[in-house]
Amino acid sequence: MAAPNKKNHDRPTTGHSWDGIEEFDNPMPRWWLWTFYATIIWAVVYWILFPAWPLVRGATAGMLGYSSRADVAAEIQAVDDANAVWYQRLVDTDVNAIHEDADLQRFAVNAGAAVFRAQCSQCHGAGADGIRPGSGFPNLNDDEWMWGGTMDDIVQTVTYGIRNEDFPDARYSEMPSFGRDELLTSEEIDQVVNHVLNISGQAHDAALAEAGAEVFDLNCSSCHGVNGEGDQFQGAPALNNAIWLYGGSEAEIRASVTVAHFGVMPGFTERLNEAQIRAVASYVHQLGGGQ
Amino acid sequence: MSILDHHKKIETHATLLLVLSFLVVTIGGLVQIVPLFYLENTIEEVEGMRPYSPLELAGREIYVREGCYVCHSQMVRPMRDEVERYGHYSLAAESMYDHPFQWGSKRTGPDLARIGGRYSDAWHVAHLINPRDVVPESVMPPYAYLMDRPITGEYIQDLMSTYAMVGVPYTDEMIAAAPEDFTVQVDPFGDTGGLLERYHSAQVRNFDGQEELTEMDALIAYMQMIGTLVDFSTFQADESR
Repeated sequence: MAAPNKKNHDRPTTGHSWDGIEEFDNPMPRWWLWTFYATIIWAVVYWILFPAWPLVRGATAGMLGYSSRADVAAEIQAVDDANAVWYQRLVDTDVNAIHEDADLQRFAVNAGAAVFRAQCSQCHGAGADGIRPGSGFPNLNDDEWMWGGTMDDIVQTVTYGIRNEDFPDARYSEMPSFGRDELLTSEEIDQVVNHVLNISGQAHDAALAEAGAEVFDLNCSSCHGVNGEGDQFQGAPALNNAIWLYGGSEAEIRASVTVAHFGVMPGFTERLNEAQIRAVASYVHQLGGGQ
Repeated sequence: MSILDHHKKIETHATLLLVLSFLVVTIGGLVQIVPLFYLENTIEEVEGMRPYSPLELAGREIYVREGCYVCHSQMVRPMRDEVERYGHYSLAAESMYDHPFQWGSKRTGPDLARIGGRYSDAWHVAHLINPRDVVPESVMPPYAYLMDRPITGEYIQDLMSTYAMVGVPYTDEMIAAAPEDFTVQVDPFGDTGGLLERYHSAQVRNFDGQEELTEMDALIAYMQMIGTLVDFSTFQADESR
């Protein structure tokens, strides 16, 4: 602080004295004082304009009628309104005709890509590639479909999902666990695994595969098809190609036959509106494999 | 001598200063806290909230034990970007049986207030064993050991009694049936009538796909029900907040 100053000797003091140290009674800086008064006035204005004081049942509402919930509702409504024309066109157009309207298709694919990133990418991967082969999450870029790859099929799958308990209309099928439930002996499983290796064009034991053809015919062909071509009505994947949901090595096929997989997909009818479902279906359909 | 001169009495008397300071702070605190207990819109009444089933409760304990809340909040804020991404904004009633609540103000991972039903059990198992297997850019640590840690529900009744003590409406019947409810929730072929009567819409599955009942089952049972109880089709937002 400033050294003792003769000029100050005439100034009034507050009268406080501690061990002979006295305090000058200088006024507060003017800017500080007015800022202080302004904050007090602002507090009163705030009480009047915004929800503030608790009363008996609720708090005072404030003259501006501010509500964070009304705000978010209005904000969502504004975006929905801005998209309303497009949403309406999406819902009114036959799902199979969306791609014929170039503008509508462009909107659907862009809106669908946004929906996909928020809702689908966690399982199907950001690039819709099923994260990696054998992950158990289907690759949506190829033309192999378990439950059908037409627009109608994709809309149905997205709407109600697969094997979930939330929607009675969810797609459903269940493969038996042939090993765990002792429906096949381990010898028969060896045979049928080699048969599947054979029809998918991989190295196999010819003798086992030959015996496996009969096991396959009796146990597997009703869903996976006589030639392993799959059946989209039952969500049974094709086995006669190089595309695998849970892996196509001998060990992985044996694991799938022993304890069957039961892939679940949630339905999105409560999370997305009809237009958003059609948009994401359009996006998935145009990735490369749409039928 | 003006009234301000009496200041000196307070300023020069340490005990008086302490007592009066305490009084001022007390009044400030009461004005802020007391209305929350009587205002009718502090916790809106909603359809569907129920206490956690024994297995879900155990899963929640594991969630807290592992510190999931350090990176994940459970509170969708009323903002458009959050509502679009996660779902309906959270309501106070949805945390009414949480002690402590899991709101959080910082997120490293996504919010989990609406995680229930969003992914399959298989996804959760794969993700908890190694998050990078399903989310390549994830920085979450792996929790694979949950698969190897069986739980029996040995202490579940004590836990529920403790929650009942702080106000969660667990009835004597619920606590008495807790050991059976605990194990039957992972057994789709078991007698789940009582469980479903006591805890509506409880999900009964073998959550982790293993024979044994493990901590993984409990954690996934909990996560699959977070944010799914309130029936938003009948919910009317109180616009005064």
